[in-house]
Amino acid sequence: MQDVKTTFKPKIVAFCCNWCSYAGADLAGTNRLSYPADVKIIRVPCSCRVNPMFILRAFQRGADGVILCGCHPGDCHYTSGNYYARRRMTLLFSMLDYLGIEKERTRVEWVSAAEGAKFAETMNSFVETVRSLGENKRLEDLRCKK
Amino acid sequence: MSDFDREQILRTSGVDVLKCMRCGKCSATCPSYDEMEYHPHEFVYMVEKGQIDKLMASKSIYKCLSCFACIERCPRGVEPARLVEAVRLQVIRQQGKNHLRADDIPALLDDDMPQQAIVTALRKYSK
Amino acid sequence: MQRIGVFVCWCGSNIAGTVDVAAVAEALSHEPGVVYSTNYQYMCSEAGQNIIKDAIKEQQLTGVVICSCSPRMHEATFRKTAAAAGLNPYMVEIANIREQCSWIHKDMPTATEKAIILGRAAIAKVQLNAPLIAGESPVTKRALVIGGGIAGIQTALDIAEAGFEVDIVEKQPTIGGKMTQLDKTFPTLDCAACILTPKMVDCAQNENINIFAYSEVQEVKGFVGNFTAKIKKKARFVDPNKCTGCGECTEKCPMKKIPNEFNLGMDNRRAIYIPFAQAVPKIATIDPDHCNMLKNGKCGLCAKVCGAGAIDYKQKDEIVERQYGAIVVATGYNPIKLDKFDEFGYSLSPDVVTSLEFERLTNAAGPTSGTLLRPSDGKHPHTLVFVQCVGSRDTSGCGKPYCSKICCMYTAKHAMLVREKYPDTEVYVFYIDVRTPGKNFDEFYRRAVEEYGVHYIKGMVGKVAPRADGKLMVQASDLISNEQLHIEADMVVLAAAIEPDKTARSLGTMLTASMDTNDFFTEAHPKLRPVESPTAGIFLSGVCQGPKDIPETVSQASAAAAKVIGLLAKNKLTGNPCVATSDEMMCNGCSSCEKVCPYGAITYQDKEFRMPDRTVAIRRVASVNEAVCQGCGACTVACPSGAMDLKGFSNSQIMAEVDAICKM
Repeated sequence: MQDVKTTFKPKIVAFCCNWCSYAGADLAGTNRLSYPADVKIIRVPCSCRVNPMFILRAFQRGADGVILCGCHPGDCHYTSGNYYARRRMTLLFSMLDYLGIEKERTRVEWVSAAEGAKFAETMNSFVETVRSLGENKRLEDLRCKK
Repeated sequence: MSDFDREQILRTSGVDVLKCMRCGKCSATCPSYDEMEYHPHEFVYMVEKGQIDKLMASKSIYKCLSCFACIERCPRGVEPARLVEAVRLQVIRQQGKNHLRADDIPALLDDDMPQQAIVTALRKYSK
Repeated sequence: MQRIGVFVCWCGSNIAGTVDVAAVAEALSHEPGVVYSTNYQYMCSEAGQNIIKDAIKEQQLTGVVICSCSPRMHEATFRKTAAAAGLNPYMVEIANIREQCSWIHKDMPTATEKAIILGRAAIAKVQLNAPLIAGESPVTKRALVIGGGIAGIQTALDIAEAGFEVDIVEKQPTIGGKMTQLDKTFPTLDCAACILTPKMVDCAQNENINIFAYSEVQEVKGFVGNFTAKIKKKARFVDPNKCTGCGECTEKCPMKKIPNEFNLGMDNRRAIYIPFAQAVPKIATIDPDHCNMLKNGKCGLCAKVCGAGAIDYKQKDEIVERQYGAIVVATGYNPIKLDKFDEFGYSLSPDVVTSLEFERLTNAAGPTSGTLLRPSDGKHPHTLVFVQCVGSRDTSGCGKPYCSKICCMYTAKHAMLVREKYPDTEVYVFYIDVRTPGKNFDEFYRRAVEEYGVHYIKGMVGKVAPRADGKLMVQASDLISNEQLHIEADMVVLAAAIEPDKTARSLGTMLTASMDTNDFFTEAHPKLRPVESPTAGIFLSGVCQGPKDIPETVSQASAAAAKVIGLLAKNKLTGNPCVATSDEMMCNGCSSCEKVCPYGAITYQDKEFRMPDRTVAIRRVASVNEAVCQGCGACTVACPSGAMDLKGFSNSQIMAEVDAICKM
């Protein structure tokens, strides 16, 4: 059991908005603040670009956790995008919870361009949480697996 | 011994000595300053350097009034008074031989001593 | 099927140190569509770019994936490279294997594996890329400068000098900012007013500069080259065209006991006032909170004495709407409030003052006409204690975590000037570190010690206690002689930390310009783009971006002006082609997208469609104004029928990235 937990490498998709959190991720890199390689970042213009479909798709394809990062409320480059994202994700995550994808596997975080340290901390804690939950099989479509 | 004491003091006090920027506001605000051989800012510096023996041998630890003015005023949140307290505690523990490490246990074993007592003592005094 | 080329950059050892670049290039060469794959030491160098150009031509590439640093760094570079080789620049995708891979992972196999996955995701995306052509938009040849301190003044003068129109919006009745309150300036000790007021006058006289004093920016809309701002001109109750600034009214007004903001409340002004003699514009202003006529309808004395007939009690706030091509933020700073620092006795004794108050006490135009007198009893002080870092470098929550940068120098200046004017005084400066990087700065500080005999003591003040006889008991530590000092002082001067002006936060939101946790505006790149905000068309000048002294502020102000001039000199701007697009065949005209669009870029049209049964139907469909759309993508998610998509970040592209990442 212990062995599985230490060797388990979760697949984690992080959607980061171009203006704040992607820049925050870059800053984490510039400052050499490490977080697990399990996190793979997809750049989107704004957190409101993230369609719930993308998140469902990620779980269908076997992702173990999905995190969405945007600008702090009030700081959105497009004025209001992160508010839309917050509302949409609140609904989506409670629906996913109903479907058996634990709430801990999904997360929305606000990370500004100046918060490299927060980005790394967030990713470390998120990976740790997902790791403790183990593999996600609920929505995974086995036909998609080679 | 000193390194062990240093770790012990950092742990019991919960102070991060590296946050200190050496402004001396703790000593500037200390009401028992003149009574002390080592002053609040020196406690921080000496713990960082591992000079615990000197602190433990000094009367300064009993001169601290625990008024916590240094904690209140420190701009970096270092909390020197907690270090004084931790050094004091360390001295008391060593005086009363109420500190225990796993290595010490074989010497203590005898038929009259219930094992339970040793386990409890280790749990209590090894922190 | 695309013909894709993959180019893996070593970035010297930055990437190659932790990622096996050859293995990445090899692994990605087997991906579908990849016809060429290579690695090179520095892809962004000329030689590296030539490798890309040659490959595009020789291999007839239709898509390019570059595994390198962040796209925020070199996406533009590589797009230009592709364009130079005849490929549409938007057929280039970057896999970020430096900031988000090699720099954060230490283990080579792990980092290499992640780099391959990131490369795969980029390849999967580029498979679905389509050539995009950027639209063009015109540039309004006028700049808006928010804040009329030395930063705003210098920026405005430089822009105006280049022949472009500039509006300065200043919330105070006069421009000039904090610098008008200073006495002398370090390290040369010229008088602040002597070097600032000519610049203020230049602003007023320059045909290209329009000053909106006593005004605030209320709303900003639009985008780079095409901003529209609403400026609220607050009612002064004085007709600016008639007022001659003679000051007759300010002497006759019966409301005499109003704390004078310009002297930080250390003396009084009237309800109608001109902040100071060199104010620009020199127009009287009625303070509506204290004027008897405006409050109770009784008095009207100022109207009676005004020879020009300029007083107008019925004046209303006025909203002006203006178009701008660029906006410069120069909102400046304020010293922090000291209510959390009881130990220094600021609220207990009037003889404990902040450094800015001390400036006024030594200024010839100040409340004491430049003679240094104790505020409590008007006597000459003999012992002065200066305390540095009051609230700066403070992580305890009472102050600010950063270094305020200017305090070491102005404290040295104050100490020096006091010793020069009053050699009978003893001056103590308590410091944690003396930070004097700057041209002739350290020499200046050393002069204070060596020539003027200022006592610099390494240590901090712990307590200031006012005594009944008016003396201040200062208890401090001297860390070098390791003793606690007790000084009987006549005055204590606190070098309070500086913080961004309170209006900055709301302005940042209005401009969608990002800020750090201390409310300083963030620059587009900390080293390479220090005067631009990440939001296009917004520029930063002065302390609003971070603590600065006057020389630095002026340099940044001129730098921001150069950037603005560069922008305004263009006739057309190339837009961002990654905009929303609506599939008219799928759109059902429900208006969901219109409601979420923050820019009003979506409109509806009734269009004729040929139906399968050969009839013609008129349907209401959405259409996107590409010049106005900024490409956030909010509409794409709101659309229930999936008709709305975002070019460059389409649903299928992002989905392909998700698939590639989850495939492992």
